[in-house]
Amino acid sequence: MTVPAQVERVPPRPQRLVGARRAFAPIADARGMTRWMLWVGAGITLAFILVALLAPVLAPYEFDQFRSPEEGRFVQLEAPSRDHLMGTNVQSTDVLSRIIWGTQTELKVVFISLFLSISIGVPLGLLSGYFGGKLDRVLVLVMDALFVFPFLLLAIVIAFLLADKVGQGIFTAAIAITVVYVPLYFRVVRNHTISIREEPFVEAARALGAKPFTIIRKYVFFNVVQNVPPLATLNAADAILTLAALGFLGYGIQPTEGAEWGYDIQRAVSDAASGIWWTGLFPGLAIVLLVTGLTLLGESLSETINPVLRKRRYERVNLAPPGVAEAELE
Amino acid sequence: MGGKGTSLRQYLLTRLLLVIPMVFILLTLVFLLMRVAPGDPISASLGGRVPQEEVERIKAELGYDRPVYVQYVEYLGDVLRGDFGTAITDSRPIGDIIRDNGAATLELTFFAMIVAIVVGVTFGLLAGRYRDTWIDGGGRLFGILIYAMPVFFLGLMAQLFFGSYLGWLPTSGRASPLVDATLVTHTNIYTIDTLIDRDRDAFVDVVKHLILPAVTLGLVTAGVFIRLIRVNVIRTMKDDYIEAARARGIDERSVVYHHAFRNALVPVITVVGLTVALLLSGAVLTETTFNWPGIGKTLISYLENRDYPAVQGIIIVFALVVVAVSVVIDFVNAYIDPRIRY
Repeated sequence: MTVPAQVERVPPRPQRLVGARRAFAPIADARGMTRWMLWVGAGITLAFILVALLAPVLAPYEFDQFRSPEEGRFVQLEAPSRDHLMGTNVQSTDVLSRIIWGTQTELKVVFISLFLSISIGVPLGLLSGYFGGKLDRVLVLVMDALFVFPFLLLAIVIAFLLADKVGQGIFTAAIAITVVYVPLYFRVVRNHTISIREEPFVEAARALGAKPFTIIRKYVFFNVVQNVPPLATLNAADAILTLAALGFLGYGIQPTEGAEWGYDIQRAVSDAASGIWWTGLFPGLAIVLLVTGLTLLGESLSETINPVLRKRRYERVNLAPPGVAEAELE
Repeated sequence: MGGKGTSLRQYLLTRLLLVIPMVFILLTLVFLLMRVAPGDPISASLGGRVPQEEVERIKAELGYDRPVYVQYVEYLGDVLRGDFGTAITDSRPIGDIIRDNGAATLELTFFAMIVAIVVGVTFGLLAGRYRDTWIDGGGRLFGILIYAMPVFFLGLMAQLFFGSYLGWLPTSGRASPLVDATLVTHTNIYTIDTLIDRDRDAFVDVVKHLILPAVTLGLVTAGVFIRLIRVNVIRTMKDDYIEAARARGIDERSVVYHHAFRNALVPVITVVGLTVALLLSGAVLTETTFNWPGIGKTLISYLENRDYPAVQGIIIVFALVVVAVSVVIDFVNAYIDPRIRY
């Protein structure tokens, strides 16, 4: 193989979407295990989103279907077979179909709860951090109190109280989970806002006479909001676990409203004594896989965005002697 | 920094004073949560089961017919005096519930914490030390998988494998029925009770029942430790004093084991504190999975019976425990690391 002695450098073309490119630059820069984690995580997450969207096509039966015209009533607790690839459960419904429809339920709840907790937590954090004062002190105390509370208990109590009024559907579960995560976003955004508030460029904006809300919107927000995507991804993973836990304890989604993996596992506990494994194993694996995907994605995102943990691509620096050419930049 | 007003004692006092508003807010939150619910606690727990006049009578007896603010003040007073109320459905005082079922939870969480620390610290240190090698990869993957595993799913799989399939370990309860019936309770912590009575067979039985729940809960909690310790080690290895130690010619082994690991482990104390809240949440699930008669399982059964006063009392105790632990952790931290006493 011959290497040309001199490589013509192509002058950089003017690029569109400079902001987006800059925002994604650390991701393209990710190397080694971080890069691997990023792609595997994104792949798993995307696969689940596709399953959720295509559930009507993919699922062989409805989530609560226990009879079909061809088969008549399904056999209870049937081992995995050709008709029921993952078997049937104690209510004679098809385990595979419940998992596929369950993907839809989980993602819906997570999406709603993340949307709600970000749109409550982030603005409160910005205001509290920027203005400080009494509002800040009160908010911090309340949020800290919510934060020290064992999160699952908080979710259970909220779901329990809402169950009487709103019923046990997707929305109730989403609100119960939202209450748990608002303090998290509040804390992160508030603390970051406080440090940004003292930066020279904010100082400069203030000196120019910009109104507080303009400063928050134009200068503080974009600096603070960078932390949100990794946090939200890790949060989504956690929210799935919380939802499954609620379902397991019977405070999640009513079995008539939709399929939910945690509820299925609860029903499977009584099967375990007689050695029936398919009713519990498959929904559990679905949880593990989805949470793993989201965690890989979230962790690698925060590693690429957080400069303390970031590993950049090594640029080759040619120094003599050639043996020690690879200089560690870190 | 380092001035007169930053003695350890003063730090402790300030920290203790900060507990007061925290506890006050927690108590208020719990009160509000339980009262925002439609109807009053008595109708919710007894409604439909007893005649309406009876409900009204009990309501008046327990003071639920008075204005909310009067109830609130009295509630605060009761809690401060250590009276957490009484369950409606079985008339057990909350204090008794905490004493009897709390011991079971304490036993479970204590052993789970030991499992979590041993597994978490080992894997975390190794993963951080050998960053970006297969050890790190394996450690991290284990950490992520174990975190992604709901504790009740891991418990169910353990029951299937070690209980149903291999038949090695019991999967439910704290002891075999016979042992449970004959056991003399001194502390309600069965491992200690059987040791006090020097009853070998009962001790073995109790430990066998403890293994699956404690290891399940411990492993799940270990995931948190692995992730945090790994990042800590990586951060510490980049610190200047590590570089300085290397520059002084101290060999790499010693740098890692004596300088880096020791500092990387200081934050673990804080994490242990934070994990207590996590463990309590996990305990609710683990206890339900393994039919372990702890506080978490008791709470769930009161929730099912819609026994508001019992739920309220147990939740207050949970919250107080978490606050108390966080204070203790801060004290320990301040004692170890003088930089914290600002």
